[in-house]
Amino acid sequence: MSIQTLPLTTRSPISRRRKMKNRIATSVLVLCLLAALAPLAMIIGVVVRKGAPSFTLSFLTTTSISLSDRSGGWLHGLFGSLYMLGIATVIALPLGIAAALYLVEYRIERLTGPIRFFTDVMTGVPSIFVGLFIYATLVGALGFGTFVGALALALLMLPIIVRSSEEILRLVPDDLRRGAYALGARRWQTSMNVVLPAAGPGLITGSMLAIARALGETAPLILTAFGALQIVTHFQGQPQAALTLLIFTGARSPFEAAKAKAWAGALELMLLVLIITFIARLIARRGSRGSR
Amino acid sequence: MPADQISPPATDDSGPVFDLKGVSVSYGDRKAIEDITLAVGRQRITAIIGPSGCGKSTLLRCLNRMNDLVRGAAVEGTLRYNGQDIYADDVDPTEVRRRIGMVFQRPNPFPKSVFDNVAFGPRLNGVRKDLDSTVEKALRDAALWDEVKDKLREDAYSLSGGQQQRLCIARAIAVSPDVILMDEPCSALDPIATTRIEDLMGELKTRYSIVIVTHNMQQAGRIADMTAFLTVDVGEEGRRTGHLVEYAETSEIFTTPKDKRTEDYVTGRVG
Repeated sequence: MSIQTLPLTTRSPISRRRKMKNRIATSVLVLCLLAALAPLAMIIGVVVRKGAPSFTLSFLTTTSISLSDRSGGWLHGLFGSLYMLGIATVIALPLGIAAALYLVEYRIERLTGPIRFFTDVMTGVPSIFVGLFIYATLVGALGFGTFVGALALALLMLPIIVRSSEEILRLVPDDLRRGAYALGARRWQTSMNVVLPAAGPGLITGSMLAIARALGETAPLILTAFGALQIVTHFQGQPQAALTLLIFTGARSPFEAAKAKAWAGALELMLLVLIITFIARLIARRGSRGSR
Repeated sequence: MPADQISPPATDDSGPVFDLKGVSVSYGDRKAIEDITLAVGRQRITAIIGPSGCGKSTLLRCLNRMNDLVRGAAVEGTLRYNGQDIYADDVDPTEVRRRIGMVFQRPNPFPKSVFDNVAFGPRLNGVRKDLDSTVEKALRDAALWDEVKDKLREDAYSLSGGQQQRLCIARAIAVSPDVILMDEPCSALDPIATTRIEDLMGELKTRYSIVIVTHNMQQAGRIADMTAFLTVDVGEEGRRTGHLVEYAETSEIFTTPKDKRTEDYVTGRVG
């Protein structure tokens, strides 16, 4: 009997077995997904549960010198973190995008391989090494402070920005470049007036991820910013505070108040990363609306 | 430098716009077209037709040195534009491209506003004054003004495909070029949009010399004054090299071709 004449409701043994396999495979994949998501959900849950009680307005807006004191907050940490992150972004963003632009637009194939390898290695370098490097080379002469801390963060951001920008720039259609060249644009003009604006939203999204990563770094700051217990506005020469450093010291201290604040600090950091990611998405969406 | 001052005294605008003698183009060790000799007339539409892979686009791209952008591309022979060898050592390819505009197969407006697209070329040339009138004129010349005059600030991608292509034509003529090269400008467009572009080309040829590559023989028959037919020879190791078979008035190519291969192609027996 040919298969066409069978009613569609009959199932051959083979098809039944395939169906079974399909079900098993689907369930295994769903389980894997859950296993991957579970730690993430648990981290968020614990941080929110433990951090929320101390996450008050005064925690966000005041400073306190004492570790054992329940009152007062970590404004100095937020200030220091954003201060250093700002400087690090100002250094790493233009440098990283310019390097990627050079790699992609100037088609330096001889250099692409080595630079890509180098940035990959840089991305994998343990961040404490970067802190050590700045400590060994600059802290002796300049002392601890905002700038050396920012420099360490910038070094960590740079390879991420270069790599993400490189990928984004490669996505800009060659049609656009040809269009500009055909109008007599030089390479520099094409890069600045056509390629960069077209890639803009993507470049910003990629950079935001580097910024979020730097915001959460602790190790490179231990030997550079060093930490402080009040707001430090000095550009360089005075040890600077950071949320991550405060979490580090707070969580290790014997005082309950300090541990509670460390949880609140963790929650604050998490929210900051969330905000940055959200902004990145917003920019990416706004940017992609106009293009094809 | 303003666009109207860029013609140096050395140019000769009495003869043909382009004068090609024995032009060959190779990519690496692969020869794409070989020994092309033809002269392109001023203020006429010259069509280049031929089967796929015969090097039509390669030939077009060497007229404004766009081939320079392809790695390993090399041009031999002489290629004179208004009497000047555009491949001479001291010629700046960007200067060549400022005078010889190009429209591509797929509309490629920049991800900018309609206005900024057209103003792009003039701005490159340092024009800051009267941009509004320059843009309006270019859009009028491209028969697009009435459709976009109220959305000059809108994203160019909000236009239809045919409008985008006319925007690209406006963008090309905003720098007052001498020649417009068109690389299958209608292949991504529907018949109505195609008709509009063809009508437009008829108007443009009163002021510009146009060279168009087309895979559409009917299109060449409708719009071109002169037609060049290229074909491809498959040599050893499957190497494909394009040759010029016949170059003549369009009517002659289509009605009384001298070469058997041209006749076979235009009557649809091959290709």
